[in-house]
Amino acid sequence: MSAPGKTSPHAAMSQDVHARPGQSAHAPTGTAKVLLALLRKELLVELRTLESIPGMSLFAVTTFVVFHFALNQDTVSGQEAAGILWVSLLFAAMLGINRLFVADADQGGFDGFLLAPVDRTSLLVAKAIALLAYLFVLELIAVPAFGLLLLGPPLGQALPGLLAPLALGDIGVAAIGTLVAALAVRTRARDLLGPLLALPLLVPIVIGCARATGPLLQATRPGGPPLRWLGTLALYDLVFGLIAYAVFDFLLED
Amino acid sequence: MRISLRALSIATVLALCVSLSLVFFYAPIEAEEGFLQKIFYLHVPLAIVTLCGFVIGGLCAIAHLRTRDQRWDLRSYVAIHMSLIFGVAVLITGSIWARGSWGHWWVWSEPTLVSFLIVMLLYATYQPLRFAIEDPERQARYASVFAITAGAFVPMNFLAVRLSASYLHPRVLGSSSNLPAPMAFTFLVSIVAIALLFATLCAYELAAKRTRILLKARSRILGYQS
Repeated sequence: MSAPGKTSPHAAMSQDVHARPGQSAHAPTGTAKVLLALLRKELLVELRTLESIPGMSLFAVTTFVVFHFALNQDTVSGQEAAGILWVSLLFAAMLGINRLFVADADQGGFDGFLLAPVDRTSLLVAKAIALLAYLFVLELIAVPAFGLLLLGPPLGQALPGLLAPLALGDIGVAAIGTLVAALAVRTRARDLLGPLLALPLLVPIVIGCARATGPLLQATRPGGPPLRWLGTLALYDLVFGLIAYAVFDFLLED
Repeated sequence: MRISLRALSIATVLALCVSLSLVFFYAPIEAEEGFLQKIFYLHVPLAIVTLCGFVIGGLCAIAHLRTRDQRWDLRSYVAIHMSLIFGVAVLITGSIWARGSWGHWWVWSEPTLVSFLIVMLLYATYQPLRFAIEDPERQARYASVFAITAGAFVPMNFLAVRLSASYLHPRVLGSSSNLPAPMAFTFLVSIVAIALLFATLCAYELAAKRTRILLKARSRILGYQS
């Protein structure tokens, strides 16, 4: 139970978004409208506080530096490069996942949302889209930084092929990350439980993404992303998207 | 309740005795691996029962979320808890088998063992998650959500890891379909025995948990009255 009566900018804002003039308080509002309002609130909070994206990006770039020293290599290529890229992105994503619901749990955002006569699943979708946006910005910074700092073969030729694994990986991370973040946030040890829950669930995504990316980053005659892995990733994303959709309601009952 | 527990226990002891006698005195010594192959009759049934236990835990969790009956949550908890214990045994016997036949305690090229480890790492967070929530009703609800997600993860994870190692040598003892008849029979009896053991231990834990809940309720009533 988050303490009622405690007001904060977050709570005030989420209340404000739900109670905009022109919206009837009784009739359930349209799903698209609710989604847009929730998404707007998420992005607005992130833009004003800058809690997640800068930290995630900085973390990813720092991880590349750490890998440089840990491996004692100036450039990497092939499967090794794919592994370093995905491990860094995944751990950076974990920072965002851990923070995803913290403001809602601590500052009354959940209470504000539950008071609104809207479908609860819309919060899952809005949060997942917000996380997807964070991941997109993270990769906008981290992938060029990776090409600059560590990658041996030029990034330009691999970039078109990278888009599909990155997009499929992001969708999976967003779906699983949002579910896990919601599971962990109202427990006593949430900072510990979030990554512990998320990492095993994300192992198949790492397998798929790293295998799909490896051939693209080869120094000699790079190939396209193997379609088998993209298919596996898409299937995994779909299954976990559906599972998150099915069980998310039960996390928001009190 | 007591009668069925006793009957279940006797059946389990009998089945385990029969299966162990079959393993050591009836099943032929395997040509390539020799006596070491006997661990197959312990390791594989344990693994199958463990994975089934995880999935049963997920199904009970679905029933709990549908009916809001706390008993289903208790069943889900017991199935997952017992599967975790069996799972440790699977990893240990698997490691011994790998050491015996391939010379290493751990082999990354065996996809089943690797997927099993990932599944165990995920389920190892079940109890930390559960007991980090104070409110009993929310604890049951969150644990059920976890059990459903993780139960669906089990087959998906096996698929992904299996795909990642598809270049692997063909598996000789992976399925019972290509086993000679005496071995297949022993294997089936072993599965039944281990499944009975699982069911019996679950029944005991359930009985103990129920008794403790009852005791707590009674002592609370008495405490209020005095």
